[in-house]
Amino acid sequence: MRRALWVLAVLLSHWRRHKMQFATLLVGLIAATALWSGVQAINQQARNAYDRAAATFGGARTAMLVAPASATFPQELFVKLRRAGWPVSPALEGRVQINGRSLRLLGIEPVTLPVDVGNAPRLGAADLSSFVAPPGQTLVARETLSDLQEQEGAAPPTSDGATLPPLRVLPQLVPDVLVVDIGVAQRLLNKPDQLSRLLVGKPKSKPAPLASVVGDQLQLIEPTAETELERLTDSFHLNLTAFGLLSFFVGLFIVNSAVGLAFEQRLPMLRTLRACGASARLVNTVLVVELVALALVAGLIGLSCGYFIAAALLPDVAASLRGLYGAQIPGQLTLRPEWWLAGIGISIAGALVAAATSLIKAIRMPVLATAQPRAWQQRQRRWLILQSLAASAVFAVALLLLRYGESLIAGFGLLAALMLGAALILPALLELILLAGQRTARRPLALWFWADSRQQLSGLSLALMALLLALAVNVGVSTMVETFSRTFIGWLNGRLAADVYISTSDNAQALAIRNWLRERSDVQAILSGGRAEAQVQGQPVELLGLPDHTLYRERWPLLDAAPRAWTRLAPGNAAFISEQLSRRLNVGIGDVVAVPAPGGTWELDIVGVYADYGNPKGQLAVNVAALMRQFPQTPQTRIGLIVAKENISGLIEALQKRFALGDRSVADQATVKAESIRIFNRTFAVTSALNAFTLGVAGIALFTSLLTLANSRLPQLAPLWAIGITRPRLAAIELTKTLSVALFTALLAVPLGLLVAWCLIAIVNVKAFGWRLPFHVFPLQLVELVAVALFASLLAALLPVARLARMQPANLVKVFANER
Amino acid sequence: MLSIRNLSKTFSSAGEPVHVLRGVDLDLRDGERIALTGESGSGKSTLLHLIAGLDAADSGTIRLADIEITKLSDAGRASLRRDRIGLVFQQFNLIPSLSVADNLAFQARIADRHDAAWTKELVERLGLGALLKRYPEQLSGGQQQRVAIGRALATKPSLLLADEPTGNLDETTAENVLALTRDLVARTGCGFLMVTHSLHLAATLDRHVTLHAGRIA
Repeated sequence: MRRALWVLAVLLSHWRRHKMQFATLLVGLIAATALWSGVQAINQQARNAYDRAAATFGGARTAMLVAPASATFPQELFVKLRRAGWPVSPALEGRVQINGRSLRLLGIEPVTLPVDVGNAPRLGAADLSSFVAPPGQTLVARETLSDLQEQEGAAPPTSDGATLPPLRVLPQLVPDVLVVDIGVAQRLLNKPDQLSRLLVGKPKSKPAPLASVVGDQLQLIEPTAETELERLTDSFHLNLTAFGLLSFFVGLFIVNSAVGLAFEQRLPMLRTLRACGASARLVNTVLVVELVALALVAGLIGLSCGYFIAAALLPDVAASLRGLYGAQIPGQLTLRPEWWLAGIGISIAGALVAAATSLIKAIRMPVLATAQPRAWQQRQRRWLILQSLAASAVFAVALLLLRYGESLIAGFGLLAALMLGAALILPALLELILLAGQRTARRPLALWFWADSRQQLSGLSLALMALLLALAVNVGVSTMVETFSRTFIGWLNGRLAADVYISTSDNAQALAIRNWLRERSDVQAILSGGRAEAQVQGQPVELLGLPDHTLYRERWPLLDAAPRAWTRLAPGNAAFISEQLSRRLNVGIGDVVAVPAPGGTWELDIVGVYADYGNPKGQLAVNVAALMRQFPQTPQTRIGLIVAKENISGLIEALQKRFALGDRSVADQATVKAESIRIFNRTFAVTSALNAFTLGVAGIALFTSLLTLANSRLPQLAPLWAIGITRPRLAAIELTKTLSVALFTALLAVPLGLLVAWCLIAIVNVKAFGWRLPFHVFPLQLVELVAVALFASLLAALLPVARLARMQPANLVKVFANER
Repeated sequence: MLSIRNLSKTFSSAGEPVHVLRGVDLDLRDGERIALTGESGSGKSTLLHLIAGLDAADSGTIRLADIEITKLSDAGRASLRRDRIGLVFQQFNLIPSLSVADNLAFQARIADRHDAAWTKELVERLGLGALLKRYPEQLSGGQQQRVAIGRALATKPSLLLADEPTGNLDETTAENVLALTRDLVARTGCGFLMVTHSLHLAATLDRHVTLHAGRIA
């Protein structure tokens, strides 16, 4: 043991003498762990929220009994089943409006609630009586309480005039849900003796067959492992994971570069250790122990950084998930112990992977071979050929995925293959460019410039690959987001046709407002809309009622339409379909969609396809009058108004005064548009932040590579200094070399980034969201990114170059003094 | 103490076998100091490496006291180097990240044979007292070689092997370093086998053997 400690002390002494190299190694490991674990923390938080949603007193994770043909069924079936030995518990679900917000109301019966309903929030025995006994309690998440702007203990009224039991926070509850006793729910929803479903626990003994107890009135729904929400959000999390992975690998590039150099520098030390009698097994074991210990320390620091990154990004991610999928994620970070363990594990595994080549080299190292510092550079040509062959193979995989890939995973696979292939081929491309430069050079210093750049290439190639990937992702994602932004604003202008929007609490208020508006001369048109929900081919579909008004004909964002589409929409037997639903159902213009309606099947001819960006639900737009005929229960609580611009603020003020409407219930077009754009921008804020992080890590990779290379550059630079080139001039040449290779890399990243953008827009977005955006290129943005890359490279190169410019001649002379 | 019999070693160069040692026989008694000379490529360093267990012979035997080195495993040879042999190289091979003091004590500590008094004596005899806190890069060639000799002798080995220990030093420094080495070898009573090109330095040891065409001439 003492022997091992001595060897460890000797190995560690290297870092004491090479502090910057040590810092580089730690920075790489910390950056890799921090970004990876930060993204994982966000994903875990979201998945916890989905679990909570799925398990809220029996969601998709719990087996349940439902009525096959209607939304509710009589309570007596529950009694029958209990008597027959079925461990069932009743639940009733509906929606209530409170303070202008529509919330999900869930009635449960806590005594019979199965103990094994997934991660359902538990009610303690002490809480049980206050939950059940009058006045009872309304359990809410902390976020819901804040959204309602109420205090714990308050008993807010519903829009129907009923009063909720006092509010009580249950932290693990999913937001936007109110949980009450089943009796209270039946009263609030006006459904006496009715139930929505029966949650099924694990029976102690085999109960009587279901059919023998309730006939065909109920059917058993088995629990599902993955909820609809999880399926929908998979792409988003995959996207985040891809970013996390990219940053992780860029971080590992730094580690690989630092460890590689450290091993090269320590080879003579390792040989001396062996020559002095430390066995190969001992030295190799201690090398691994040293690496694991460093990874452990860096992993812990990285995890702490990851926690802060996740906490900083979480509000934006929550906004994205709410905006894109309607998923509710709490904004406060809570992490499980597995996250900490996985973070440490990934740090150690990453360090071992990054150091694998060096470790293998050390293990295989013959004790007698003479030290060949940076010998790996000499194998550059063979490596370039091998890397190019590997790149060709990866590009072939990309082509196959493009041709035959159908799924979202195939889309991401294509992206990954493109980027990996490009990274692998980069050194060969740069070698060709530099070789061409060398062949055209005439003056001796220019010749040396190109030749030396080629020699430096292998030491810099990993950092340049990281820069290429970070830049390509930046170009790709920025192009996609900018395209989306411009398309979205154009689309918003089309969708927001009315000048003023009103959302009422119920039909009665809507009717009163409509009657009042008809009396006013400043209102040019009242556009009543409506929304109903239905199931089409097993998919939840929103039916949107459109008023028959010229404004809609002029502005509605139709992507494709049959002749006389608007005229055909008016009678009520035709519909426009949203792009995402059209793809999901594989339905287009000329097809017929059958919608189950209360009065029977409603057959709709598809006469147009329209853009509906940001809506997770599929949508069919129909004539509003026809919608009211087919779905008479549809609330008509949304009203749009056409008003002259100068009258808008006066009208809104009058409406608010007359009907006590809050800012949420009445807004002008500009406010709605501004809010939508704010939500849009927030949705992509996380992408921009991760983009910046990735570019930052790539900058660090370049910086550390240059810094570590700088130490081994003296033998190349000293002869030039000796023949009369000044140190400042040498520094300028070094800087020019770094900027040149960075510029070539950035220029190669532009077409790659555009290809990435095309993949995101034409493949990934279509698979993930169901909509396709037009592809635009923004030259100014590209110029900006290239400039940012060059600036990052300049910053990275500055310190090593400044060191060179200030270097004492004695250090340069040493090169000759040590010559053997 | 050291007994070598019929030792052979062949390397492959450009696909062709190169017979470096062709049946070497050599004996070294306790405390004896031998200089090994020979032209370049005659196999001097190879012979030294085989004795130190840095490489394995093709055939023949090497015995150090009661240990047959040629039969030892890699771990066994490492143990032998650690405990019984001191090695000095032409290129010093000090550990650049350790101070002179740490370099001196380094092998003895690994071998668990650190003797503070003996190390102190070595420091005094080698004239390293003022240099203990310095690092190898801050030393001259002669100073570095003195540290390397100190490190090799710190374990009080039974055999000191030196491969061109004065090859990187000027004539005066080389003589001084060798004189110090001879004194210390006499003080410890260990055997000493030195590879050298210098016939002048070879003449200062007890015996002088020459390798020629892979055999002791």
